[in-house]
Amino acid sequence: MANRKLRIMVAKPGLDGHDRGARILARFFRDSGYEVIYTGCHQTPEQIVEAALQEDVDLIGLSCLSGAHKELFPKVVKLLKEKGADDIVVIGGGIIPEQDFQYLYDHGIKAVFTPGTPLEEIKKWIDENVKVREELV
Amino acid sequence: MDQQKLEKILNRIREGDVRVVSRLIRNLEDRIPEAKEVIKYIYPHTGQARVVGITGAPGAGKSTITDFLISSYRKQGKTVGVLAVDPTSPFTGGALLGDRVRMQDHAGDSGVFIRSLATRGALGGLSAAVEDAIHVLDVMGKDVIIIETVGTGQSEVDIMNNAHTIVVVLTPGMGDDVQTIKAGIMEIADIFVINKGDQPNAAKLFMDLMRALDMMQECPGGWKPPIVKLGTTANPIKYAEEIDELRKKIDEHLKFLEDKKIIEQREKRKARVQLINAIESQVLVPIIDSLEKDGTLQNMVEKIANKQVSAHEFAEEIKNMFCKKEQ
Repeated sequence: MANRKLRIMVAKPGLDGHDRGARILARFFRDSGYEVIYTGCHQTPEQIVEAALQEDVDLIGLSCLSGAHKELFPKVVKLLKEKGADDIVVIGGGIIPEQDFQYLYDHGIKAVFTPGTPLEEIKKWIDENVKVREELV
Repeated sequence: MDQQKLEKILNRIREGDVRVVSRLIRNLEDRIPEAKEVIKYIYPHTGQARVVGITGAPGAGKSTITDFLISSYRKQGKTVGVLAVDPTSPFTGGALLGDRVRMQDHAGDSGVFIRSLATRGALGGLSAAVEDAIHVLDVMGKDVIIIETVGTGQSEVDIMNNAHTIVVVLTPGMGDDVQTIKAGIMEIADIFVINKGDQPNAAKLFMDLMRALDMMQECPGGWKPPIVKLGTTANPIKYAEEIDELRKKIDEHLKFLEDKKIIEQREKRKARVQLINAIESQVLVPIIDSLEKDGTLQNMVEKIANKQVSAHEFAEEIKNMFCKKEQ
């Protein structure tokens, strides 16, 4: 009877309002049988982390097309750590130059997916890498 | 789970530990058996919060009204919990929960806790976990709990068994005046809201609704559902003032329920539904029928409403009783 369902948050930190990619992903995750919390554009890292904790998500997908990913993505990871929630996996996407990938990995972003990535590839990565935390306290 | 662990969880909830609260609600949604154990344990500590239900058609403005209501309650120094329900896909089991998009301004305010839930197959406008999630937010110490239903049609009325005050949100242009006298959702309103009042036909909707209310039989205790008109968030200051008026009407209704002792009736109505849901999840309908006949059910409802024993505890007792009979 118990039925674990993966919860994913799709969020756009920063100032750009280009959310088509984020919406396509949110819809794809929905169609993959996950529960998706979509919070829209113009989010601060603080807003994203607070919502992620209240929603008990297993994964946060950040989308940024403004070039501020090196600032904003690590900030989210850092805040999660401060709240003792570094079990929540953070991945990123958007317009991100390849030379920035390593920097993001070094700062706790577990994967980066840029435009053109087949959606199935992202789902495969999630199914292999994201597990639901089991303990309550 | 041992007593010590349950006590620890109870204390964490009371301290407002967001991770414990949100995970517990998750475990209730995922039907993890130990989550029910926690509910049984914390249930006697519930009963402080006032529960407000917001229901209406998709896109009527429920999330926006909820957002502004949170601010209005915060100005009064009240803490607020929100449970916002969106539909689960009948095809994939997935869901897109988007109510938070309209509730962004409360980040950093520890007096506000917002949680999205998917219906997961429930058809009454809520999710099966809502009933217990209300208990959790109640124990967390939230003064007011706002339940936002899925976008409803005419007959999703489960909210009436989960809220003290029900706000039905209407918008202009949804049909002729006969719609206002139909059964179902139009009957359960304690307060009507006409949202998007700047649109054409808002005045006609108001008139239609007034006429329908005139025809209505008197509600228990003599409450007549007021109609609150809201404009548009294009004028956020005015909209916030109008929401303050809505909040005052909700307060008036709650006071009315308390003064006329009707709140006990609503608690009993709620307790009855909780008990039946809990029994159904463990045993079959014939057993419920036999319980109803000999009056056992009604006695249990009394004890639940008095916060002595939780519905889940009774369900287990009944299960054991009937298993023994079979042997």
